Amino acid sequence: MATPIEQRGYAHPEALVSTDWVEQHRNDPNVRLVESNEDTLLYSSGHVPGAVHVDWTSDLNDQLRRDYITREGFEALMSRIGATKDTTVVFYGDKNNWWACYAFWVFQLFGHTNAKVMDGGRVKWLKENRALSRDVPSYAKTQYKAPERHDLPHRAYRDDVFAHLKKQGQLVDVRSPEEYAGTRMHMPDYPNEGALRGGHIPGAKSIPWAKAINPDDGTFKPADELKKLYCEDNKLSPSKETVAYCRIGERSSHTWFALKYLLGFENVRNYDGSWTEWGNMVNVPIEK
Amino acid sequence: MPDKLQQLIDTFQMFDPADRTSMLLSYADQFKEVPASIATRPFPKSHQIPQCESDAYAWAQRHRDGTLKLYFAVENPSGISAKALAAILDKTLSGLPASEIATINADIVEKLFRQNISMGKGIGLMSMVQAVQALAKAASQDKS
Repeated sequence: MATPIEQRGYAHPEALVSTDWVEQHRNDPNVRLVESNEDTLLYSSGHVPGAVHVDWTSDLNDQLRRDYITREGFEALMSRIGATKDTTVVFYGDKNNWWACYAFWVFQLFGHTNAKVMDGGRVKWLKENRALSRDVPSYAKTQYKAPERHDLPHRAYRDDVFAHLKKQGQLVDVRSPEEYAGTRMHMPDYPNEGALRGGHIPGAKSIPWAKAINPDDGTFKPADELKKLYCEDNKLSPSKETVAYCRIGERSSHTWFALKYLLGFENVRNYDGSWTEWGNMVNVPIEK
Repeated sequence: MPDKLQQLIDTFQMFDPADRTSMLLSYADQFKEVPASIATRPFPKSHQIPQCESDAYAWAQRHRDGTLKLYFAVENPSGISAKALAAILDKTLSGLPASEIATINADIVEKLFRQNISMGKGIGLMSMVQAVQALAKAASQDKS
């Protein structure tokens, strides 16, 4: 059984809530539960009662360019899910919260800091035999005024990664060891989504995302174990600029969350272009 | 394209997104795992569907009249889309001659799932269709 969140020594424990907390707050009108999954059918098959669905492709991504929604799109999304600036948005989902962290991260691009992640995600909720519902809740639409999307503090573009490389900044490759080594260009048992070259960005440390969680229930490991993993074994400094990447930015959102909120890294960004951009660019440095 | 599968696709085309989602869920609910008489865990890698992130497996049992019965396993409990597609393939193709099943095309995935699909998942589901097609082709060449 995982140690209570407040006893794990996290830098920002308020960013993580337990399944018990969600159970107690799921009818709280100031809390909006958001399920974000890889399998878009999963929410419809049963979700935490009262939770709304936010799909990473249709809700968070621009439908034409490879980019995220604009301010107008975010305002429409928040209106649809009935959230105001004061609403505490709690994210959870499948795949050990990859997409929950990804959605959380996109929400930070619009400054909705009143946000949390449910520790252990969907799998823990199911393992605890908690209630699921197929009823899609309906909340009164809100008028949400969002600022323009502000990527800089949280998101790295390829040019930022080039500049980071020149400074020999801290890079974390959170993919599987095989992807890092370039022996495969996608996750084991996953399709290849189109990278022409395998390997990793020079200087990147290989720290697969899953090392941050307890494999039995998907909860995050306590701070001392995370510090050992990131700061001692891999010599990352919380005060130095850090960029995390994976394949398209979903697994690295998970690591971004762990570094920023659980370990208190001061400047960590997610390179969402990740390997599907870097592994396709012409004449960029690659290591194997 | 086998008639039953074509009819199902035609029905899906008439539905709005919410109804299509309900239909897919209804098929996922009807999914039945491969019986122990056909395969038991650990399932052989030779039957694993490549590139399917739901850890899915497929089998085809050939009857004396040349028809096939399809079976599937989906090991990822969250693999709802994989279960839906497996149930659809079983219900529309089982009982048909192997040579007819071999005519299916992976583009049925886009026709069935539409908005309920992401790029990676689409490739995995298409791989399931291709696996069934390969099983059917192999069975249609098997004269024993």
